[in-house]
Amino acid sequence: MNLTLKIWRQKNADTKGKLVDYSLSDVSPDMSFLEMLDVLNEQLINKGEEPVAFDHDCREGICGMCSLYINGEAHGPDRGVTTCQLHMRMFKDGDTIYIEPFRAKAFPVIKDLIVDRSSFDRIQHAGGFISVNTSGNTIDANAIPVNKEDADDAFAAATCIGCGACVASCKNSSAMLFVGAKVSQFALLPQGKVEATDRVLNMVKQMDEEGFGNCTNTGACEVECPKGISLENIARMNQEYLKAALKG
Amino acid sequence: MSGILNSSIGRKFAMALSAFFLMIFILQHFAINSLSVINPDTFNEVSHFMGTFWVIQYLLQPVLILGVIFHFVMGFVLEIKNNKARQISYAKNNGAANSTWMSRNMIWSGGFILVFLVIHFIDFWIPEINTKYIAGDMSGLIDPNVADSGYRYYEELVHKFEPIWRVALYCLGFIFLALHLLHGFNSAFQSVGANNKYTKGLKGFGKFYAIVIPVGFIFIALFHHFSH
Repeated sequence: MNLTLKIWRQKNADTKGKLVDYSLSDVSPDMSFLEMLDVLNEQLINKGEEPVAFDHDCREGICGMCSLYINGEAHGPDRGVTTCQLHMRMFKDGDTIYIEPFRAKAFPVIKDLIVDRSSFDRIQHAGGFISVNTSGNTIDANAIPVNKEDADDAFAAATCIGCGACVASCKNSSAMLFVGAKVSQFALLPQGKVEATDRVLNMVKQMDEEGFGNCTNTGACEVECPKGISLENIARMNQEYLKAALKG
Repeated sequence: MSGILNSSIGRKFAMALSAFFLMIFILQHFAINSLSVINPDTFNEVSHFMGTFWVIQYLLQPVLILGVIFHFVMGFVLEIKNNKARQISYAKNNGAANSTWMSRNMIWSGGFILVFLVIHFIDFWIPEINTKYIAGDMSGLIDPNVADSGYRYYEELVHKFEPIWRVALYCLGFIFLALHLLHGFNSAFQSVGANNKYTKGLKGFGKFYAIVIPVGFIFIALFHHFSH
């Protein structure tokens, strides 16, 4: 496959970036998207040019580092995948592919295609945890009865890898699917009930302070989420928040 | 409780509550307008009741106006805030791949509805207020000096729908209302946290409401234009 790549190049967080065109030939349709970028970078290095900076770690769809907006969609045109799981067979010979970083005020670009998603970490620090006694009196989680449906929903919410595709896809750059998943995974379980009120209030407060937009329920986040996190988690968070706010 | 309206979820909740109120209002407005097709005399009676009963005039009418203003102002405020959350736009964005046109363009459908509402107020509400509270005629009669001249409401409605341009404008306004409701109905329920296995039926009902009510309003306008 021969491709034209339009890649966002930005030296650092303080400089302005722009799209730069690259031609890449003999791309195998069996390559992953990141492997295709590896090939490009190898060619750039051989020519003495600066390689394209992009995030990656596990390359098996777990880490959520590969934050690329490809041809107008987070993680590209495939569904339920991260960028490392996207294969070049999803494109056609002669295609022009736009590759941009995830865009949001709360995700500033560090360099080229790498964005700073530490705003997600700060939201997690604000309440995405439970307090467990680990001084020898820890209760075995298996000893606490949990309704099967709640356990399934909590597990489904906990599969969120915090990649930020929800924010990138949302026309408002809202982080509510991420925060909804993190609130839900605890709110559904007995272990999470103790801190439920503070958790949702603090996480939503932090989310707002980070500069994410308001959710208008377009559902783009759910469609683009590589882990299929459901919009029901946002509804659950809304309920949890309203209950907590009314409580005090 | 303090600061709830300053939070993103609080604002969503407030938008949803005003939307519920407006959707109930539209339903009763449609029900009354339908009477003009079914039975003009009953339409006149109900219109006179709605136009003169103090609870509706002095309590519900101001609440409705405030609800409309709140919904529009909050909608525009949220749009401005949301635009600020992404300072650099994507060079290529394929919004159609993951969301409906209606959900991405609520500000535009809402804006057209606002234009329609201004025209609707000029057409019906301002003359009504002028007759009742400026001229002081609370009789509701075609000729206030002739007791058996009959109520004026049906006559006025028919007269308003004589020019085709106004009928076309109303049809356009209700098409935008349908587009707005196709996303807005279920979005309001999602905002108040009603999206789970027990609320699946709401999605279908939302689409039904969003299509049947505006189409009904369009039918009423066309009916009066072509039958008189």
